[in-house]
Amino acid sequence: MRVRRRSAIALLALAALAAAVAWAATELTPFGTPSGPADAVVRTLVHERHAANTVNGVTYDLRGLDTLGEELILFVAALGSAVLLRHGRGERDAGERAEARPSGRTADALRAAGAALVGPLVVLGVYVVVHGHLSPGGGFQGGVILAAGLLLVYAAGQVAMLERVEPRALVEVAEASGALAFALVAIGGLVFAGAALANFLPFGTTGNLLSAGTIPVLSVAVGVEVTGAVALILTELLDQTLLAGSA
Amino acid sequence: MTVLPYLVAGWLLVVGLWGVITSRQLVHQVVCLTVVQSSTYVLLLAVGYRTGGYAPIVSSSVPPSSPFVDPIVQALALTDVVVEATVVAVLLALTVQAHKRFGTADPDRLGELSG
Amino acid sequence: MTALVALSLLVPIVAGTALALANVAERRRAAAVVAVGAALASLVLLAVVLARTGRGRTVVWWGDWPPRGRVVGIDFAIDGLGAGLALYVMVLALPALLMAGYAIRASAQLFYGVCLVFVAAMVGYCLTGDLFDLFVFFELMSVAAYVLVGYEVRQRAPLEGALTFAITNGVGSILLLFGIALLYGKTGALNLAQIGRALHEVGPSGLVYVAFALVATGLLVKAAVVPFHFWTADAYGVAPTPVLILLAGVFSELGLYGFARVFWTVFEPALAAHHDAVRAIFVVLGVATGLLGAALALAQHHLRRMLAFVVVSQIGLFLVGIALLSADGLAGTAIFVVGDGFAKAALFICVGVVQHRYDAIEERTLHGRARALRPLAVVYLIAALTVADLPPFGTFLGKALVEDAALSAPGWAWVPAVMALISALAAGALLRAGLRVFGGVGEPAPRDERFAPREEDAARSDEADVAVGVPAAIAAVLVLAALVWGLVPGLAQAVTDAAARFIDPAGYAAAVLGGGVGASTPAVPAVRGPGVTAYLYAAATLAGAAAVAALGVAGRRLPAAAARAVDAVRALHSGHAGDYVAWTAGGAAALAGLFALTLR
Repeated sequence: MRVRRRSAIALLALAALAAAVAWAATELTPFGTPSGPADAVVRTLVHERHAANTVNGVTYDLRGLDTLGEELILFVAALGSAVLLRHGRGERDAGERAEARPSGRTADALRAAGAALVGPLVVLGVYVVVHGHLSPGGGFQGGVILAAGLLLVYAAGQVAMLERVEPRALVEVAEASGALAFALVAIGGLVFAGAALANFLPFGTTGNLLSAGTIPVLSVAVGVEVTGAVALILTELLDQTLLAGSA
Repeated sequence: MTVLPYLVAGWLLVVGLWGVITSRQLVHQVVCLTVVQSSTYVLLLAVGYRTGGYAPIVSSSVPPSSPFVDPIVQALALTDVVVEATVVAVLLALTVQAHKRFGTADPDRLGELSG
Repeated sequence: MTALVALSLLVPIVAGTALALANVAERRRAAAVVAVGAALASLVLLAVVLARTGRGRTVVWWGDWPPRGRVVGIDFAIDGLGAGLALYVMVLALPALLMAGYAIRASAQLFYGVCLVFVAAMVGYCLTGDLFDLFVFFELMSVAAYVLVGYEVRQRAPLEGALTFAITNGVGSILLLFGIALLYGKTGALNLAQIGRALHEVGPSGLVYVAFALVATGLLVKAAVVPFHFWTADAYGVAPTPVLILLAGVFSELGLYGFARVFWTVFEPALAAHHDAVRAIFVVLGVATGLLGAALALAQHHLRRMLAFVVVSQIGLFLVGIALLSADGLAGTAIFVVGDGFAKAALFICVGVVQHRYDAIEERTLHGRARALRPLAVVYLIAALTVADLPPFGTFLGKALVEDAALSAPGWAWVPAVMALISALAAGALLRAGLRVFGGVGEPAPRDERFAPREEDAARSDEADVAVGVPAAIAAVLVLAALVWGLVPGLAQAVTDAAARFIDPAGYAAAVLGGGVGASTPAVPAVRGPGVTAYLYAAATLAGAAAVAALGVAGRRLPAAAARAVDAVRALHSGHAGDYVAWTAGGAAALAGLFALTLR
């Protein structure tokens, strides 16, 4: 009964909402003719910042403050989900976790394939992070690839190796230091160029690896942060599955 | 149809909301929320699209004087994706905890807080 | 100036991330010192920014991208109200951080770090002049709030509260972003002033109505305005006390601030000819929110949920003040918000102490048990009377201004009486609960089958050894702050000056973008101190609150018809996120429809 009433209200509300959105859509400029300053922004960024990939020019320079906020959202959410998931898991679980990870259970083929893929994936991730100002990619995209590399180590059952290097502390440090580095670069702009988040490094030649000033620096900071944050979320969620599996 | 992409965004919005409202399983509900979120990605990218424009990445074959697709909406969509992915992470963490403790992920059976 | 503004945001961020970085070894005390130090530093910086902004506006461009023909970068466009609210956030951060030392047991250092990022987000939100940046900070404070509300996941309730809170608010922020994307698609701009100028050319149209409805919905979900308020009781019912200080004191109010800011910069230029209709819609919405919150507070015997509905009722009053669309109404609301925030923070601390000490939260279970906590009882009582408009507290001063604004707006002279009724009911509920819990007065509260005490609560009925001294002192200082706030000389006129600039879109656009007509200084209405009418309304409110409390303590029930109505409304608060989202979507559609019908 409750369910039916809920559905009835929803149907009415969503029909009205759909009509409203459709009405607004008819008043937008026709598809394919944007009203934003696309060309002006591209030219500004290429001429004044020597950034070839202007999407990252927008992300890390023009609208760098948004990206600082965005990175902090990721930072808070990763810490938050870690804290939420760790609650109610005391020493008792530490023992269970050790038992729950028999590294021998994984199939040999998976282990071999996983081990073989980790290297290329990490190289690709680093490449995508540091070339963000030149080609599609950047800190967010590369960071996710790097975190996937770490996940692959898990999937391949090399958990024992990972335990030895204490990944949780490592990813937490990575995520916090990435966020901190971004804020410090923002202050750097204040010190060296008189405006927070100003691009205070030499711009170099468009298309070179060392160009576009602070854009690649911020991209790397974000890359480190995203790697840490995504890896933290994934390892904590994985721990839950492993625990559930052993119960 | 010059409004079709905008209508797709509107459709994703309402169909996702329908899922969030009527869902009987928390994980399903969270996934429906990602459908609602994707409406904003579609709308952002649609309002910045230019027919015949290049991707906003200049190179030797694409000089800065060419017509480009709006890079701002792409950056906004990137921000949006990250923001919403993190919300999903927090929600899933809460869902996992809820299920672990109470053995149910049905929002109808979790309703201890009411009135 | 650039440096001051930037550092007021960046200092708490650097400190917060550094605390998380240093979390490898947890040092609670050092972390508390760093956190409070960073908040203090930011507070001082914001005070300087506020003083230097004075009667003008400060515009700071991030990344050194001033406008060149059109806006390319992100600006902080700071005026008296924005800077003042940011300063108030930092003031409230201090008791929250201090309370964390007592209330948070696990992962305290991370808690401080997340808390600092939370308040930094609020500061950025208050100062920014860019619509998408507003969304980013809005989202940052929301995500931090989801995490902080669910921080103590020991019991079942926090999980559920955090879940419904996050899903409902998540939907709200998606609607907000959808509206932003529509506006960008139409105008190609994200800067508030620039969108405003572009929409002025567009005029009232379908897109403006729908975008306004979506943006307003997103912001009003945060503010907890009916019918977007459902999550409030669930979240406030479970959040840790230090988080509640910030949530109840400023988080919901920020939703209203964002609503006012976006209305006055983005939509007002397009809807300048329709003030009457906008006023009618939102004053009525505010009154409805106030009445519903007050009635539900009265019906509650779960102390935290009761406080949550008191918060909702006050939000309704704030919305009324903002929706009068006048400088004195807005100024009154600003003063009211601060005075009321201090009082509510004190109330939540009192309730938090009682809950921890006696391990119960039900008015019935706690009946007379807190008799020993005399000082706390005094603080609670005064804070509750503050809600009932007790002169000369800040709430009285602010509400007097709002009343004047309503009385001078043709057709809205009935509003102050309803406001008095709302305050009397809400404060009556607070007083009734206080008399029962701290004094053991009268009949125990009726049994509430929705919250039958669980076995584990009954089993552990011993007094926990919870420190009372420091929290009580913090609460007392907060109540004192509410009193001092009402006595600041010249406050009403200064805030009215700031409010007059806030509601001047042409001046705002000229300061941000340069040029334009109407860059002159706006006319500032001269305000008098609270007059005889204000004291009469206050007396009526106090008498009403006392009567409501007396009837409640004496065990008087509502007439059957009214009780059934309240029960029906309570049943709508089902704790089911799906229901709440349905109301939110329906509310957004209804707003769009109302705008389309009335703003043409």
